[in-house]
Amino acid sequence: MKKLISAPYLLWAAVFIVVPLIMVAYFAFFDNGKFTLEYVSSVAQYSNIFVRSIWLAAVATVICLIIAYPIAFILTRMERSYQSTMLMLVMLPMWMNFLLRTYAWMTLLGNNGVINNFLGFFGLGPFKMLNTSGAVVLGMVYNYLPFMILPLYTVMEKIDVSVLEAAQDLGCNSANTLMRVVLPLSLPGVMSGITMVFVPAISTFIISRMLGGGGNLLIGDLIEMQFLGNSYNPNLGASIALVLMVIILLIMTIMNQFDDDGDRVLM
Amino acid sequence: MALVLLFLYIPIFVLIVFSFNSTKSRSVFSEFTFDWYIKLFQNELIMKSLLNTIIVAVIASVAATILGTAAAVGINNMKKIPKGIILNVTNLPIINPDIITGVSLMLLFVIFTARMNFEFGFVTLIIAHITFNVPYVILSIMPKFRQMNPHLYEAAQDLGCGPVSAFFKVVLPEIMPGIVSGFLMSVTFSLDDFVVSYFTSGSTSQTLPITIYSMTRRKVSPEINALSTIIFLVVVIVLVVKNVIERKSMIKKEVKA
Repeated sequence: MKKLISAPYLLWAAVFIVVPLIMVAYFAFFDNGKFTLEYVSSVAQYSNIFVRSIWLAAVATVICLIIAYPIAFILTRMERSYQSTMLMLVMLPMWMNFLLRTYAWMTLLGNNGVINNFLGFFGLGPFKMLNTSGAVVLGMVYNYLPFMILPLYTVMEKIDVSVLEAAQDLGCNSANTLMRVVLPLSLPGVMSGITMVFVPAISTFIISRMLGGGGNLLIGDLIEMQFLGNSYNPNLGASIALVLMVIILLIMTIMNQFDDDGDRVLM
Repeated sequence: MALVLLFLYIPIFVLIVFSFNSTKSRSVFSEFTFDWYIKLFQNELIMKSLLNTIIVAVIASVAATILGTAAAVGINNMKKIPKGIILNVTNLPIINPDIITGVSLMLLFVIFTARMNFEFGFVTLIIAHITFNVPYVILSIMPKFRQMNPHLYEAAQDLGCGPVSAFFKVVLPEIMPGIVSGFLMSVTFSLDDFVVSYFTSGSTSQTLPITIYSMTRRKVSPEINALSTIIFLVVVIVLVVKNVIERKSMIKKEVKA
């Protein structure tokens, strides 16, 4: 009997979660009720945009990992009361709307922006920074860095200090302790951090639109253009969205594979 | 560490400084002024979309919390396999990128609007917000059931409670922390959401993030700086208050123990 109480949600989930996703697949393969491969195959002509999105998102993810790893480690080594304050400081910018945070970088990077003005005092520049792919990567790193720090911090916090001490007692130097003890133990955090940064980074259209100018279209821009832009074409848009979902699914499967290996290494 | 904090805060700091700048320049500070704040509050579009955002967030969060709590209770009583399937479906909106959730709902609504006399607006917006909020409510309640002693409910019934009053007197207080945190998460996500709203709102019911987006499209709009400053202040105040309350209750618990 008590199962019945979840019936409204089950109906909701069916209509608003499952059916819409089926619609994406339907629009990708059917045009006015007729089966067609036209749209799905025409996605191939945008392969350069797909490659660029994957590449920029991957670069941003790696940079996030390089910055976040030592930060998360330093955080766990801090004094308890200090730790929560520092963690709050790291998370606080995330609470501000990400459009505003990205807009802030437009202000900083522009040709007569703050940075170029500052460099101008020393007779340098102006450098073209806005509307480059570098600016897009910077925007991704800035917006999604906390998503990398948080899961890393969570797993590292659980590592018992006595395990590190034991490693050092048994003759590991600090570098060895890091490589052979901390790194394997923090691998699940690394994996979830990578997915939490990569998935929003590969599907964004705001960051590329605001910081990348017209020359750095990403998959997200392409999808947005088919639904709300000048080139209204929901069939093509659904096809691109479908391919994006497949790419993300593939990458997450690969990540899970790594995660399992990590567990096995530990045993 | 200091460098990373600098990297995180400099952009926000720059916005705050230039919100007091008397000219529209985004690089040279000329004179101190509060003009942009006054203009911000006189801007009808911004005020209206702020109101829309709050209405949508409140309605969607309340509905999502009720729907999600009922769902969690039911799911908890299911057998392993249907439970697994439903939880996987529930995870979909969380794993999927926002743009996919937005686009897929838009396709559904497009078909609705074509078949029925129905338009994009508040209704579609609220449906979309409930849809991406419910999973967070369910996921924050489910662990509370695991922590709860399953015999409590039976004990209450043995002691003379009917099934309904046993639920309200025993089960509900136990899962309350999960319900509250699910509700708060819903409010936060609703207030902050841009992507899903962008695809499902139509032109009549803009939320604040959508208005902000159209403002950033126009090159110069210093009201954004003033708005950012206010939002940043609100966030700081909310987080500090939350931390102080948590610390006080922690000290109380320690004293009691």
